[in-house]
Amino acid sequence: MVTNFSQQKLVAAIKMVLFPAALLPFARLVAAGAGGHLGANPIEKITRDTGWWTLTLLLLTLTMTPLRRLSGWSGWVRLRRMLGLFAFFYACLHFSTYLVLDQFFDWPAILKDIAKRPYITVGFSAFLLLIPLAVTSTEGMIRRLGGRAWRQLHRLVYVAAFAGVVHFTWLVKKDLTRPLIFAASLAALLGMRLVLWLRSQGR
Amino acid sequence: MANHRVPPIRSSEITPPEWFHQRRRFLRLAGVAGLAAAWPPARAGEKLTAAQQAAYTLPDEWTPRDSVTQYNNFYEFGTDKESPARNAGSLKTRPWTVAVEGEVRRPRRFDLDELLKLAPLEERVYRLRCVEAWSMVIPWVGYPLAELIKRVEPTGNAKFVEFLTLHDPAQMPGQQSGVLDWPYREGLRLDEAAHPLTLLTFGLYGELLPNQNGAPVRIVVPWKYGFKSAKSLVTIRFVETAPVTTWMDAGPREYGFYANVNPAVDHPRWSQAKERRIGEFFKRPTLPFNGYADQVAGLYAGMDLERNF
Repeated sequence: MVTNFSQQKLVAAIKMVLFPAALLPFARLVAAGAGGHLGANPIEKITRDTGWWTLTLLLLTLTMTPLRRLSGWSGWVRLRRMLGLFAFFYACLHFSTYLVLDQFFDWPAILKDIAKRPYITVGFSAFLLLIPLAVTSTEGMIRRLGGRAWRQLHRLVYVAAFAGVVHFTWLVKKDLTRPLIFAASLAALLGMRLVLWLRSQGR
Repeated sequence: MANHRVPPIRSSEITPPEWFHQRRRFLRLAGVAGLAAAWPPARAGEKLTAAQQAAYTLPDEWTPRDSVTQYNNFYEFGTDKESPARNAGSLKTRPWTVAVEGEVRRPRRFDLDELLKLAPLEERVYRLRCVEAWSMVIPWVGYPLAELIKRVEPTGNAKFVEFLTLHDPAQMPGQQSGVLDWPYREGLRLDEAAHPLTLLTFGLYGELLPNQNGAPVRIVVPWKYGFKSAKSLVTIRFVETAPVTTWMDAGPREYGFYANVNPAVDHPRWSQAKERRIGEFFKRPTLPFNGYADQVAGLYAGMDLERNF
């Protein structure tokens, strides 16, 4: 068994690796941008990359709870906040890319997009849902809200992840391979929770 | 002085006059054949001689060659924009023949070299507008498809022209997936196909087409969304009824037979009002018929373009 003390140390060590690792995709984009290596359509490349990493990190965040249940090691959940905040970080980059680089503050076009294009409506909603979760991620906010209310609020992450995957699925022209990989992963993660919950009800 | 007698010439040493007169031609042919045997087959990148046509230039800046050849939609080689440049090396463009068939009086199978010499090659700078709302400006090399059409003499039943891309999953690895229904099928109304802007295309930037751009022969229809311009053609078929094209089959609500560039008619999922010209930061407004309205709008007089998208 890992003692409490060494477990804390282990979590801290993992975080020290995780933090720069999660920044790596951003650093790579910046470097590619500075070197002019973003390809023929740089704005599309940045949009797709940041979107892909938002979904990937969101799903990684959702993997921590099942990992704890399967492995019995509670340290996993202590990585959840960092992963979730990085998902939010990439979501912000993704949305800013759309707002600034793609549309360049063309508000009428943006409002029309959000109202008329289902994939943008659902993607924008997913982004909005992540905001309260990021805001209430601090220890102080958890205390202020109380564990129960906080946990209920943070169930929104399931809705946000689902909306994010739908956003990706609806924007793809024809090749659904990548969105379907995300959809299958999300289904597996939610399915695991369902099984665990059903088992706990049965007891 | 001794009487000098000219020795008789043996008949075997006498060259028959018809041989004598053709010897230059024979030598030339032998030389060409030898060269041809030693020469590598015509390949992407080979220079093409084409006359520049003042009527077909544009004030717009040309899209850099690298972008034109490395950012492609050609699902036969994968669905990412970078896939065709990476995977199209497996396509063998020689020998290559194009069957011209269906409702024509003179159906024929053309060898590529024959097609290349059918009419004088021209360089034409066209805008290309993709249905995904990006665009390019490309100097193509080819000649009007009308040149081919008049040589095969369509019958009165020919109302449409169908274009088929090569179907060979070994050469086109993207065809191993079922993302589209292969072979790629496109079509034009006969008058669209015979329009002087419709270009049977063999090259870009003064060279034979790179494989990822639809080598060795494709069409370019500049007033329609890019997917209408079928690549790597093996069949051109004249038919009586409108063909169901690959993208109509893949998404009937989203892709119609006409697919004329039209800023007023959105794709069901995204706007077509603006486009990003590759290499530019700000989006620019999309022009009706991609800026070729003066030349082609008449083809659609009286038609409801919202319904015939």
